[in-house]
Amino acid sequence: MGRKLLLEKAHVEGIRYYDVYRREGGYRSVEKALKSMTPDEVTEEVKKSGLRGRGGAGFPTGMKWSFLAKPEGVPRYLVVNADESEPGTFKDRYLMEFIPHILIEGIITSSYALGANSAYIYIRGEYAWIPDILEQAIAEAKNNGWLGKNILGTGYNLEVYVQRGGGAYICGEETALIESLEGKRGNPRIKPPFPAVKGLWDCPTVVNNVETIAAVVPIINNGGDDYAKIGVGRSTGTKLMSACGNINKPGVYEIDMNISVEEFIFSDEYCGGIANGKRLKACIPGGSSVPILPANLLLKTAKGEQRMMHYEGLSDGGFATGSMMGSGGFIVLDEDQCIVKHTYTLARFYRHESCGQCSPCREGTGWMEKILWRLENGQGKLSDIDLLVDIQSKIEGNTICPLGDAAAWPVAAAIRHFRDEFEWHVNNPKECLQRNYGLAHYADPIHVPTPA
Amino acid sequence: MSDQLLKVTIDNITVEVPNGTTILQAARKIGGDVTPPAMCFYTPLKGSGGKCRTCLVEVSKGSEKDPRPMPKLVASCRTTVMDGMEIKSITSQRVLDARAGVVEFLLLNHPLDCPICDQAGECHLQDLSYEHGKNGTRYEFQRRTFKKRDLGQYIQLHMTRCILCYRCVFTADQVSNKRVHGVLDRGDHAEIATYIEQNLNNDFIGNVIDVCPVGALTDKTFRFKNRVWFTKPMTAHRDCDKCCGEVTLWMRGDEVFRVTARKDEWGEIKTSEKTGNTGWICNDCRFDKKKASDWTIEGLAPIDRHSVIGQGKYKGLKKPEETIEKVLDGRKPRLLMNIHSVSEVNNPEIELSEINGPATSAVFKKNNHE
Ligand SMILES: Cc1cc2nc3c(=O)[nH]c(=O)nc-3n(C[C@H](O)[C@H](O)[C@H](O)COP(=O)(O)O)c2cc1C
Ligand code: SF4
Ligand code: SF4
Ligand code: FES
Repeated sequence: MGRKLLLEKAHVEGIRYYDVYRREGGYRSVEKALKSMTPDEVTEEVKKSGLRGRGGAGFPTGMKWSFLAKPEGVPRYLVVNADESEPGTFKDRYLMEFIPHILIEGIITSSYALGANSAYIYIRGEYAWIPDILEQAIAEAKNNGWLGKNILGTGYNLEVYVQRGGGAYICGEETALIESLEGKRGNPRIKPPFPAVKGLWDCPTVVNNVETIAAVVPIINNGGDDYAKIGVGRSTGTKLMSACGNINKPGVYEIDMNISVEEFIFSDEYCGGIANGKRLKACIPGGSSVPILPANLLLKTAKGEQRMMHYEGLSDGGFATGSMMGSGGFIVLDEDQCIVKHTYTLARFYRHESCGQCSPCREGTGWMEKILWRLENGQGKLSDIDLLVDIQSKIEGNTICPLGDAAAWPVAAAIRHFRDEFEWHVNNPKECLQRNYGLAHYADPIHVPTPA
Repeated sequence: MSDQLLKVTIDNITVEVPNGTTILQAARKIGGDVTPPAMCFYTPLKGSGGKCRTCLVEVSKGSEKDPRPMPKLVASCRTTVMDGMEIKSITSQRVLDARAGVVEFLLLNHPLDCPICDQAGECHLQDLSYEHGKNGTRYEFQRRTFKKRDLGQYIQLHMTRCILCYRCVFTADQVSNKRVHGVLDRGDHAEIATYIEQNLNNDFIGNVIDVCPVGALTDKTFRFKNRVWFTKPMTAHRDCDKCCGEVTLWMRGDEVFRVTARKDEWGEIKTSEKTGNTGWICNDCRFDKKKASDWTIEGLAPIDRHSVIGQGKYKGLKKPEETIEKVLDGRKPRLLMNIHSVSEVNNPEIELSEINGPATSAVFKKNNHE
């Protein structure tokens, strides 16, 4: 059994409510931080913990906090990114729905470290029932003296507000989120300036994912060093994975980052193997934006080693033979799934969600979707495959925000690893409407050259 | 320190510019081919730029202090220069590829209806595709079209032609006193529109026509009246209590076909001589003062960027002159032979309309005829 830090108390009856949460040791980190630590000491502890952003990019959180500009007389803000809209990702929802107080606790401790007197939770519009849960938790915390003026008699003030999003994936991008929070159209801003200097209402702002903020609680309770002991190398602590697709036990799992991908998929503690006795074909390990991997490269790296479930493990081999940890949305595909159709579905998503500001993303996503539709429906040409590769290369890196890259990578990775399947669709236009390509050689052991 | 000049090198040409200058502005100072095309940035509009991605350049050296290159191409219109920065524009294959890509993207769904578009001849998308595009497209799908929306008595919106540069949105925010139009929806279905059908009739709203780089917003009072290259741009002014009254009249003979603000070589509205601010003009001047007698005409407007309105067409016209005398040190050329008298085809008696078939030399042979 791995160690649980966030979900340890998830199954305690009534943990959603303040009394139970407090009885189980909740809000200790606030007491500790506000009464016995300076804000900089809290930041220092977070730095020591090695915690990396859980929203997708994996940027070291302590470092992000220390970049926050602190001009005299200008308010600072903490914004919690609860927009969770990446296909395959649903870990933040679980936390907010079942243990809302861990988020509120993390917000208080983090805001104290940042010197913020207002914090916002920007929550995905479609999570329509969760704002009530959060607002109840905020009210409970306030009634018990954890929020409002002069918290615990320390002179520190904090208010937390919940804002529902307008229902767009792009509003999860931190600067689009800030625009939306200000009541504007959710277009990503052109950076620089970064939010750490000019964020919400043009004031210094830190935007962090729900899970990142929640992880601050065990870090302050047990110390940064203790947190850093879990996991491997620069992947410290535990990570929430939302596992879905053709597995026996879809759900949210907390892993210490030192287990293998194989263990995660096949052990009974986690996904419990592939559903219906089928075989594993492919997997997107970190949410829809990260590269898809065929079974063989998923379980073993190109060097023939076990692939591990942590930042470095999943990205081993770079884009050529690896993928990314991303947001932890673990999507598993069995042998009956069609990669072309799957890639088309993702392309359709990104076309629909592009904000439309930059020409490469606005026009390129629509173009890729149309070509993929044609390939999926047996109307494609062989040249379409290279055309797709070219289009995605013209989008990648040339846009304002990473949504352009997120739209480009899945297409590039699918063609990189599953080109035969795309070609099969072109060469068998009738058959591809009747059946799928199947597992083919995608689970075969890869040839690993042995050094002389 | 702040008024010290910074050295930047673009495509191996070094210029010195004040702190806060963008790469694009530094490149414009050099001018010519190294200057990246800019479809969305517009100097007088705060916050504009960064969207179209035509102006991407490669920063091969960040600065004297931190010489590391920037990993991604950057939007030159929104990136300020550092001392010692080195930039590659047309000397970078990556930039040329990305630029060609952006042009292809911008034209992907464009209707290419230039023959019936009022903007043709002064359209920046035409210039862009001519200068940086490839011939032909690889797009094989139906192009996107939009439902027509009415923007009132002055302004025609052809959303299908729009490149979503957002300039008109910034203009309405910053120049008119109320914005009633904006971008609705997102992605490739995003469109410029008013929320509920509304008229754009704010005093200064006509300026959106001038900032629109394409024919998405055109002047209804000029619609289909003339091709811009047949009209003659004249600099003129009038005393106006609403705006600077400094305009360009687009005339044919004594008739005023169109009134626009004065633009510089980059297509941006110039600073007013009178006020020292951007020379935005009001709707009265633009749409209602259509008689030459409304204006004090100063003279021909210099136009030098756009191909068809063309440099030298109206100003600085260079007539070809005889050079033979100059070459021969003042001697007159000597007639060696009069081609008319020896030509076999110089035969006025032959009625061309009566020839059966094509007129070949055989037809003109004298004896043949006799
Ligand atoms: C298109 C797009 C969507 C995103 N959606 C989310 C999201 O739903 N939740 C999230 O936490 N981060 C999202 N991000 C990442 C954020 O921009 C940002 O990196 C993150 O909130 C930082 O928090 P962290 O450092 O705690 O990870 C998204 C990024 C992009 C480009
Ligand atoms: S990359 Fe796409 S989503 Fe991001 S700013 Fe550009 S158009 Fe919008
Ligand atoms: S209508 Fe013209 S100015 Fe407005 S966004 Fe479209 S192209 Fe730009
Ligand atoms: S002019 Fe720079 S991005 Fe459009």
